[in-house]
Amino acid sequence: MTALADMSGAIMPNRRGWLGALSDHFWRRPGLLIFLMLLPAILWLGIVYLGSLLALLIQSFFSIDEFSGLINHEFTLKTYAELLKPQNLDIIVRTVMMSALVTIASAIIAFPIAYMAARYARGKWKALFYLSIMLPLWASYLVKIYAWKLILAKEGILNWLFEQLHLTWLLEAWLAIPVIGGNSLSISYTGTFLVFLYVWMPFMILPIQAAIERVPTNLLDASADLGATPRQTFWKVIFPLTLPGVIAGSIFTFSLTLGDYIIPQIVGNSQFFIGQAVYSHQGTAGNIPLAAAFTVVPIVIMGIYLWLAKRAGAFNAL
Amino acid sequence: MTQAVSLKQVSRHFGTVRAIDDVDLEVAPGEFFAMLGPSGSGKTTCLRLIAGFEQPSSGHISIFGEAVEGVPPYRRNVNTVFQDYALFPHMNVRDNVAFSLMLRKVERAERYRAAEAALEMVRLSGYGDRRPGQLSGGQRQRVALARAIVNKPRVLLLDEPLGALDLKLREQMQEELKALQKQLGITFIFVTHDQGEALSMADRVAVFNTGRIMQVGTPEDIYRRPKTRFVADFVGSSNVLPPGFVEALTGTRRWASLRPEAVTVTRAADAMAHLRGTIVARSYMGSTTRLGIDLNGQRLTAVVAASDELPQEGDGVGLTFASEALHFMESEA
Amino acid sequence: MRSRRDNGDKGAPLGLKVAAFAGLTFMLAPLALIFLYAFSTEDRTYQWPPPGLTLEWFAVTWGRSDVWEALTLSVQVAAISTAIALVLGTLCAAAVSGTKFFGRETISLVVILPIALPGIITGISLRSAFNLMDIPFSFWTIILGHSTFCIVVVYNNAVARFRRLHGSLIEAAMDLGADKFQTFRHVILPNLGTALLAGGMLAFALSFDEVIVTTFTAGQQQTLPIWMLEELIRPRQRPVTNVVAMVVIIVTFLPILAAFYLTRGGEQTTGGMGK
Repeated sequence: MTALADMSGAIMPNRRGWLGALSDHFWRRPGLLIFLMLLPAILWLGIVYLGSLLALLIQSFFSIDEFSGLINHEFTLKTYAELLKPQNLDIIVRTVMMSALVTIASAIIAFPIAYMAARYARGKWKALFYLSIMLPLWASYLVKIYAWKLILAKEGILNWLFEQLHLTWLLEAWLAIPVIGGNSLSISYTGTFLVFLYVWMPFMILPIQAAIERVPTNLLDASADLGATPRQTFWKVIFPLTLPGVIAGSIFTFSLTLGDYIIPQIVGNSQFFIGQAVYSHQGTAGNIPLAAAFTVVPIVIMGIYLWLAKRAGAFNAL
Repeated sequence: MTQAVSLKQVSRHFGTVRAIDDVDLEVAPGEFFAMLGPSGSGKTTCLRLIAGFEQPSSGHISIFGEAVEGVPPYRRNVNTVFQDYALFPHMNVRDNVAFSLMLRKVERAERYRAAEAALEMVRLSGYGDRRPGQLSGGQRQRVALARAIVNKPRVLLLDEPLGALDLKLREQMQEELKALQKQLGITFIFVTHDQGEALSMADRVAVFNTGRIMQVGTPEDIYRRPKTRFVADFVGSSNVLPPGFVEALTGTRRWASLRPEAVTVTRAADAMAHLRGTIVARSYMGSTTRLGIDLNGQRLTAVVAASDELPQEGDGVGLTFASEALHFMESEA
Repeated sequence: MRSRRDNGDKGAPLGLKVAAFAGLTFMLAPLALIFLYAFSTEDRTYQWPPPGLTLEWFAVTWGRSDVWEALTLSVQVAAISTAIALVLGTLCAAAVSGTKFFGRETISLVVILPIALPGIITGISLRSAFNLMDIPFSFWTIILGHSTFCIVVVYNNAVARFRRLHGSLIEAAMDLGADKFQTFRHVILPNLGTALLAGGMLAFALSFDEVIVTTFTAGQQQTLPIWMLEELIRPRQRPVTNVVAMVVIIVTFLPILAAFYLTRGGEQTTGGMGK
């Protein structure tokens, strides 16, 4: 340790030149460093993203001239009033209903998988569960839809299965039900629902699993020790503690279903969902104000949803 | 003489909380100094002020005569052994120890030689290739120590260095730390809430409470002549006797302390006894037994050598003690 | 189900097992189906069961220049978006984790917003902003859109790792003489490494697969998802689509596998730390 003899002062000199001086400067003013680290993200997200979002929102207060088709740059709520027309209100109600149903069904399917993965799967099984959850979660969105196009096709595997089981009558009876039925599975709400469920359900699993894993096992022992039956333990201890996880997961399924315009375009009858309405109004119809007003709907719905979720403590479960 | 560390009227406030309140402290070069106190008493904040992780709200700190206000921790020739050791998980033991030398651009062969020497000093030679995760708590503690001394800082700070170790290991490390300090001649300042540790290792002890220093002195001073009720109570759980009680006994109306082991318990009939009372609690401690005695409402603790003839709970006893064992306190606090 | 069950290590109740495995089958079976269809001899319908099996379509797909062009564009877009996201996401995570400052909640919210809000909103707002500012659609407008949501993935991974990185590690580095930059270079970055790699790979996968935002921010360029979308709406070459779909699944699976092993390794290293 002889080389260190020159280190004997209580304060060591700066040996890194301007870099060391800069570090000292940042050390004395930690706020400056944080500001500089945030600056690129603030510029990108704050200006490019939020700026665009704001520009869009502003356009929703413009209107379109019915005769010339030109945008009238005067502040008006006329476009929002148009949202309340029956055919537009229908679209909103339909989308929200579908999102809610998909979310509830997702929670029901996801919970046992998450519970199994969190509490019982060990070692090799844990890895297998993880990969079985991650693969469908990260598999290509379009490939997943494509898989269902294959499944739901008239000549596809689902019809074939019903036929093999001599249950074609059941399928026909289901399709004969008004609203949810249709000419065939691939052009019915049932089909749309199945594809939505398939594509967005995996997003529900991981938040629930994380929430279940966070429940300490000794809490379950304590509950059992105090005389609770497993069923009581589940409903009184596990479920309330994992609810934030379910809500966190539902943010994804709900939001993603709400804004999807590709699935109903490919599988389903020709009734519009919000996303399709936005797409067609900004595209072929050229009615940007109405398209913008339509996008405000999911923003408002998600805003309320996130606010409620935050109050339920779901953000800690993310 | 230049002090190794000197704090003058140092305060550190977090919002309205005064973690450190107007503290004056001087630590001499080569001293083994302990900062003792319960959690939240300000001792750790004091250590962090010296290391440079915190800045004083007011007052002055100097290290070997040099003012360190506004000097970042990485420019202070002071190293810390952290309570949780803070070993870098992505480096092996050798690279952990050689970290400060690497930053100083010491050539690889030389810094590894220095690291090996430091590891040898903490009796861990040959562990260089292991990862911190593969070591036991005691071994990690030694690595943290080697890392902090490898480049001979002027002052070594130890934050509850033995807190996470089990009793046997702790006793062993106490001795080793003391020997190491002698060998290196570096000023050691260590923080602990364990009074036994402070008394057995340190040359001098500062007792902290609620952000202030209650008393500074040699272990013997602190133990035998506590200045305040807090010190008497915290260091070795003395009997703290209120003025009225002391007045009846000695004629002087002052607070006083009486060490439990200074009390001799005899039969109730003993004519020489200063006091008479009743045994209300008895706990066996191995070589000694701790007795709780009620003296008409005043509770007293006595620690006596274990024997078969000790009185039972409920027995009446007489108590004697040497008059110099009763220590009057300077302060009311 | 009335029977007594233990929460101990006795294994899962039957009902739970059945529900979980039924759920997993629902998730995995459709993907398995894609693999079978890639070998089907049928080229005009989605007929099940396949009338015969063949390797012919792999060769046909290999020779298709439109598929190759779309693939190349997707890889380029994903690589650049990921690189941007890595820099911005890491800096942002470091700033948010480093200290408690006024407004950090807001920052977290703004970063998460692009995935919390439906993709169509990100897409249409960027598109109308480009229109307003007369920015022509190009390769770079796609990147702009993709980076916006890739930042979140990197940010989330980095924030999680920062949370596990003991504050005392950074103090220890400074204590031993490392200035701010040396601390970042020698302590923070190596400990963040696997989290960034995992985050980067997930960002890459996300961008590679993105279709909604891309439909709004791309001009004539065709990324692989855009190519697939055309096929989904107007199927013209089913066998080629089958093969592409299968390849895409395989390609997505590899980074997931890698990310799994990387983050697992990371947990072990930090798990060994005092806590």
